[in-house]
Amino acid sequence: MSVLKRTVIGVTMAGAIAALVLPALAEEQAPPPRHKWSFAGPFGKYDQGQLQRGFKVYKEVCAVCHSLSMVAFRNLAEPGGPGFSEAQAAAVASEAKIPDIDDKGAPTERAGRLADYFPSPFPNELAAKAVHGVAPPDMSTLAKGRTYERGFPWFVFDMFTQYQEQGPDYIAALMKGYEKPPQGFQLPPNGHYNKYFPGHNIAMPPPLQDGQVTYDDGAPQTLDQYSQDVAAFLMWAAEPHLVQRKRIGSQVVIFLIVLAGLMYFTKKKVWHDA
Amino acid sequence: MNKPPEERAKDVTTVSSAEHTRRDFLYIATGAVGAVGAAAVLVPLIAQMNPDASTIAAGAPIDVDLAPIADGQIIKLFWRSKPIFIFHRTKKEIEEAEKVNVASLPDPETDSARVKQGHDQWLVVIGICTHLGCIPLGHQGEYGGWFCPCHGSVYDTSGRIRSGPAPKNLALPPYKFVSDTKIQIG
Amino acid sequence: MSGHSTYKPQNKFLQWFEKRLPVGGLIHSSFVAYPTPRNLNYLWTFGGILAFMLGVQIVTGVVLAMHYTPHVDLAFKSVEGIMRDVNYGWLLRYLHANGASMFFLAVYIHMFRGIYYGSYKEPREVLWILGVIIYLLMMATGFMGYVLVWGQMSFWAATVITNLFSAIPGVGDAIVTWLWGGYAVGNPTLNRFYSLHYLLPFVIAGVVVLHIWALHVAGQNNPTGIEPKSNKDTVAFTPYATVKDGFFMAMFCILYAWFVFYIPNFLGHADNYIPANPAVTPTHIVPEWYYLPFYAILRAIPDKLMGVIALAASIVILAFLPWLDTSKVRSARYRPLFKQFFWLFVIVCIGLGWLGSKPPEGIYVILARIFTAYYFAFFLIVMPLLGIFEKTKPLPNSISDSVLGAKV
Repeated sequence: MSVLKRTVIGVTMAGAIAALVLPALAEEQAPPPRHKWSFAGPFGKYDQGQLQRGFKVYKEVCAVCHSLSMVAFRNLAEPGGPGFSEAQAAAVASEAKIPDIDDKGAPTERAGRLADYFPSPFPNELAAKAVHGVAPPDMSTLAKGRTYERGFPWFVFDMFTQYQEQGPDYIAALMKGYEKPPQGFQLPPNGHYNKYFPGHNIAMPPPLQDGQVTYDDGAPQTLDQYSQDVAAFLMWAAEPHLVQRKRIGSQVVIFLIVLAGLMYFTKKKVWHDA
Repeated sequence: MNKPPEERAKDVTTVSSAEHTRRDFLYIATGAVGAVGAAAVLVPLIAQMNPDASTIAAGAPIDVDLAPIADGQIIKLFWRSKPIFIFHRTKKEIEEAEKVNVASLPDPETDSARVKQGHDQWLVVIGICTHLGCIPLGHQGEYGGWFCPCHGSVYDTSGRIRSGPAPKNLALPPYKFVSDTKIQIG
Repeated sequence: MSGHSTYKPQNKFLQWFEKRLPVGGLIHSSFVAYPTPRNLNYLWTFGGILAFMLGVQIVTGVVLAMHYTPHVDLAFKSVEGIMRDVNYGWLLRYLHANGASMFFLAVYIHMFRGIYYGSYKEPREVLWILGVIIYLLMMATGFMGYVLVWGQMSFWAATVITNLFSAIPGVGDAIVTWLWGGYAVGNPTLNRFYSLHYLLPFVIAGVVVLHIWALHVAGQNNPTGIEPKSNKDTVAFTPYATVKDGFFMAMFCILYAWFVFYIPNFLGHADNYIPANPAVTPTHIVPEWYYLPFYAILRAIPDKLMGVIALAASIVILAFLPWLDTSKVRSARYRPLFKQFFWLFVIVCIGLGWLGSKPPEGIYVILARIFTAYYFAFFLIVMPLLGIFEKTKPLPNSISDSVLGAKV
């Protein structure tokens, strides 16, 4: 074979080897383990029970520090979500205190309504920062705002397997990833060591532990269960129309395959006389 | 095969009728499926202009406390971005509304049809002039109701049009009494 | 397209209209009777796909603009409002974001086709240069559109790219301040990017009209690279090309739908779902995949100004292709050496894209420099020299002769 061809093959192989080996060398974030999510894949759906449990975890634990400012109480009753009734969602809303002003213009609080969004636990950014030195991020888009490096060739396979759950995998792993720092790791005074957090030094103290939240449906009250449930809830919070999207997707793809097939035979017929 | 493309295309029509219908069926099927696709594409493009979920939620029914409204007072609030007048009518204003000759009105309607039974001191109307949409001014005009400064329409204490260019009485929003001192609009 | 068309409408109204504004005749002569080489392969469908994608981006963009708010405090929330509350808003947003990726995928295949088959050569030089202009406009439009989301990546990409202009000696800083409308990327920047992002697609549409006009003057190139010699070599655009393009466009739409409905965030970056924070820089600032090769070239050069010049040059050099390539033979089908250098060039472009996503350290920098060197050498050394030294294969007599080999 020609010199040029051999050069091309050599360069490509060198590149491929580099691509596979190098990511392992530059590891600043341990890849989280993959969980089985009910909403993964082309026919994925949210598990309503899981979303309701996850919501309970959010409300009782996370909401103390983390806002969910782009989710409204009415979303809890919408199709494709946790499946609360409108009355239940209204009850959740009325427990919330929404900042308002009274008739004389003085700041006050009122009971929440379905149209209201989840209120922030802090009045402003500076107050949020004061607790742990870093403002706890809003959780509305968190499950889509977190990921981990997949590396080559895995990201190519992901296109075919439709792996889009990097965010929930990361969040669930993070919840379970608190551990003692290894020998020689310098942990700053207010930091916590987490295996999956990039750089390993996280400002958030471990938020969850076994038995912390009571589940009414008999699901195990373990850290592992809480982590997965809250990660699934946060995925719904970030992507409430996921179920509708995948459903319409099946219809569209089947339609396009039928159309492409018809167009193919039409093309063959037309070109027959060319 | 030496003919120009347009003439060669005409040759296509001079084949047997059996082949003709088979070929036509394929073309018709393809065209029909394509048309269905084109129509389906239009659905989200048109639907997105309808009120979105947050707008609809903001237009949900609201509760209004009537207790602070004094005798003879008109308050104004917004529901679904429309101004609503709540008029706490005095006995005199109720009488004036009731004793009008209904047949002589431009838009005949009795006062009792415009209030809730047992609560005739409360008039709840949408504060948009039925002429061209301005907001009429309360406690003005010769009937003690509203006067629209834009083109001079005059409404009475039942919100009915009495003179001026407006064709209809002030519209009534959907509402109900949840208690004697509280209504729910919407 | 020269001369009168053969279009004769039957309908009386159409006859009346045709006398006054011969649109029907124009469409007929350009897209119905228009003689098209009979041997075009599916790589020739990408022009039509690009026109379709421009239409999709404009329609989805106009509709998204009905719900978007271009203010730093409201932009991110308004996009989430589209995703959550607007009827089918999630669909329109994902169509637009993934549509941009599909637009660039199609344009790269379209450009590689042009390089392979010599479509830039005489008499299609202006056609090619108009294409380079369209590509530059697309890059500007895509960049500004991405900033509008006002996520972390939006903000920091805007900061990095606008800062590039500070490399210009003397007036650099003044230009950057002028672009920003302030002392840093902020609300004035966002607003003007919104205005220009809405404007440029219509400028692109205008240049596309010129691009298609220039194409129709010369006629399509084809895989043999030799011009049609008789009617045997061509077919009418409609129904032949129309139906063939329609089929391939449906296939392309399946790929598009795969992304939109099943992996809508695959091509994006997770950091753009974090609201912009001017006080916190993301660990790795990366542009969208379609800019990565140029990002790699920019970072491969150690000097700031030279890096910016290399970035600009890597795109502008395309405009000179018709004169850099000295070969008398158009199509790579008959140019065995050029074919190998071409495929190596494709691998280098993909490699540069991958390197653009990596941190500029260690072996990544070394590889980026090697690949950048090949990128420029391909245009500046390989193409001029090959035309002189390459032994090309014999060309067929005509298009129909080359096709007869494949069919009975």
